[in-house]
Order: sequence, then C-alpha cells, then structure tokens
Amino acid sequence: MAHEVVLLDFWPSMFGMRVRVALAEKGIKYEYKEEDLRNKSPLLLKMNPIHKKIPVLIHNGKPVCESLVIVQYIDEVWKDKNPFLPSDPYHKAHSRFWADFIEQKVYDTARKIWATKGEEQEVAKKEFIETFKILEGELGEKPFFGGETFGFVDIALITFYSWFYTYETFGNFSIEAECPKIIAWAKRCMQKESVANSLPDQKKIYEFTVWMKKYFGMD
Amino acid sequence: MAKNDVKVLGAWPSPYVMRPRIALNIKSVNYEFLEEKFDSKSELLLQSNPVHKKVPVLIHDDKPICESMIIVEYIDEVWTSGPSILPSDPYDRAIHRFWAAYVDEKWFAAMKGLRSAQGEERKAFLDRVIEGLALLEEAFGKCSKGKAFFGGDRIGLLDIAFGSFLAWLKVTEKVNGVKLLDEAKTPGLVKWAERFCADAAVKSVMPETEKLLEFSKFLAAKMKGAPPPKN
Repeated sequence: MAHEVVLLDFWPSMFGMRVRVALAEKGIKYEYKEEDLRNKSPLLLKMNPIHKKIPVLIHNGKPVCESLVIVQYIDEVWKDKNPFLPSDPYHKAHSRFWADFIEQKVYDTARKIWATKGEEQEVAKKEFIETFKILEGELGEKPFFGGETFGFVDIALITFYSWFYTYETFGNFSIEAECPKIIAWAKRCMQKESVANSLPDQKKIYEFTVWMKKYFGMD
Repeated sequence: MAKNDVKVLGAWPSPYVMRPRIALNIKSVNYEFLEEKFDSKSELLLQSNPVHKKVPVLIHDDKPICESMIIVEYIDEVWTSGPSILPSDPYDRAIHRFWAAYVDEKWFAAMKGLRSAQGEERKAFLDRVIEGLALLEEAFGKCSKGKAFFGGDRIGLLDIAFGSFLAWLKVTEKVNGVKLLDEAKTPGLVKWAERFCADAAVKSVMPETEKLLEFSKFLAAKMKGAPPPKN
C-alpha cells in the first residue's frame, strides 16, 4: 500500500513529539509541517475542526487527531514492526491504563510549575512529584514501562522529559533528586534514535518558554 | 464461564459503570455486579483500584481492569466469539476513540458544569452542551453511514461511550426545562437514542429517568450540605 503521511505539529509540543517518536519507531517516512499556533493554517482548521489543535496525522488524506489516538492508529496500521502494545489483552489494558494516568495527571500540573508563582506553584510541584513517584513505582525494576521493550506508556511519558529543565528551573527543584529512577529511565529512552531525534533540546524548550511568558505577558 | 469469574464493581447511577455492563451484555457474559455504597468505598474497590479508587472496576479471574473505556476495549478483545464492539478498520477505530474522548473530556464536562452553575455561567454551559450535540449529530451521520448505530448495524464503542450518558441527559432536560435532543436540530440522534435505550444489552442497565432524577436531587442536597430528602 502506498502511504502518504503528513504530520501537522508544533516543535515544543510534547503531544506532537509522541507522534514523531511513534513514526520513527516504525520507520515511517512522512512530511513534517510546522504550524504557527498564533496563525493556524487552513489545512489544520480543515483537518481538526473540532479542537483546532496539533498534532494531526494525515494518512492518505484522512486526518487522525489526539496524540494517543494517533499513536494507537500508527501501531495498528504498521503492525508488523516494533509493536507498542502487548498482544495479551490484560497487559494491553494495563498499558492503556498507565498512558491514561499520564494523560490525566501530568500536563496541567506541569504547566502550573512554569506558568504560576507562589502557593499555586508550590502545590503544583508537590502534585508533580507525587505523580512521578507513582510512576516510579509502576516502572519498578523494569528497563521500560513496556517491560523489556520501549512501548506505548514510554511514548506517552518520555516527551515530557524535554520539558524537565524548564520545570526544574522555574520550579527551583531537581526532578532527579526526587525521582532518580525516572531520570535513569528517561536517559535509557534517549539512547534510542527514535526518541533522541524527536525531542528538542531541553535548553531550547526553556528559551521558548521564557519567550512565551514574555509574549503572553505571563511574567 | 462461571458467574464469579467476572465481577463489576459499580454504582447504578454512574454512566461510566453502565459501559462495561453493556459490553458484557453484548458478549452474553454472565457477571456478578457488586454495588458500592454511596458514601463509602469497599476494601475490594480500594484494593482493585488503588490509583483512582473509582468505579467501574472489572475483576476478571481476580485481575482488576480500571477506566471504563479501557475496560470496554478489554472486554472486546477477550470475548472474541461475541459480536465485535470496536470497528475492524484502524481508521474507524481511531474515529470512535476520538469521539469517545471528546464526549468524556469536552461534552460531559459541560453537562457537569450545567449541574451547579447559575445565571450567565449556566447559559454558557448549556450553549456548549447544545453545540456539542450538533457536532455529535454530524459525527453520527458520518459514522453510521445510514445505519442504526455509530457502530453500524450493531452497537459499537462510540454508541456505548455516548449512549451511557442518555439517562443523565434526560434528567438534565427535566431539571433545566430544555430539550437537548431535538427532532428539528438532532433528528439522527433522537432516533438513535430510542434505539440505543431499547436495545437488549442496554435496557437492563439504563437507570429509569425518574429514579435518576430523585438521585440527582439527593446528590444536589448533599452537595449543599442539607439533609437528604426522605425516600
């Protein structure tokens, strides 16, 4: 089957990064289109009229939206290489549960660390650390959340790693001091080309956030 | 399969709890329904879902599975001799998953906001709920392709995700004195809702509107701190 694959994305987005990692894991060639979120393209508005957000995967002209829906779609279409999910239904459900946990717990809290100050920021830091300690517990002694191999839960979480320097600098804390196993896991993931080539440099994300806060008058 | 191989921990008013029950009914799987008390959580629940401490939980051969839509997909993957709940085509599956996430994250969030809001804020939530239904009407047209359900001839993932909210939708209509599903604006959904609620897999687990209305009054009173009305 001929595959025409386009990804509408925004380079600092940890959600977009998940799709980049998934596509790289499967060795899929695609066209990357950078969106200016202040000036969304007609293509984006046409392909995701409901949310008007990136990432959007356009496969042979048909759009798929929502990062974890896209990652599962990629896994199901390109099913013969590097499966992201276990084949056993119970372990599959277990992986989906933890990816959903990450969806529910990480983004909003993490955002408050760089976007707020004072009491609100302190509460967010505390919740962030609690969440990552739970994730450390789930990881246990396994090399990856997927077990011996990098999988769905790893993809869902690793993209936040590119934002760690930003969280640590604005929040004035060390994630490694609180959750050393998470950092060890992240460095292990970063040894994979699919991950290293898909995540921007942590300092670049920090510079972007500094700029964004000024631009939106959030300082 | 023996009845006690499959248990569902739940509560009758919860739309999320309805979902695995509908899925099990579609697959003709016998299960034991363990009703949680309203204001206390059982040991079994706390053990089975220590992360969220919420219903529903499916316990299959003593193994817990949590989060309603994850449970539904699990049920579909385990009991393969029954009718399929997810579409077989990956693109259609992605569409069902996308809209299920929309229903949970955006649409029902607006429905919940409506419950406690007043004045201008209430009108804003109501507008969002109605806009959402217009989008779902369009999605129904595309997904059903002229057939009875979002899943086609049979109930599918998105039917379960959205249909499980129909009892609360009816209560919301009564409490707010509005018609949310409307023959003029959402004709497809009106007929779909009738078919869904009448389906054998759904009928036995969909709460009666009157009973749910009484429960919602009880809930509202509790939230205000007043003693609940006597049943």
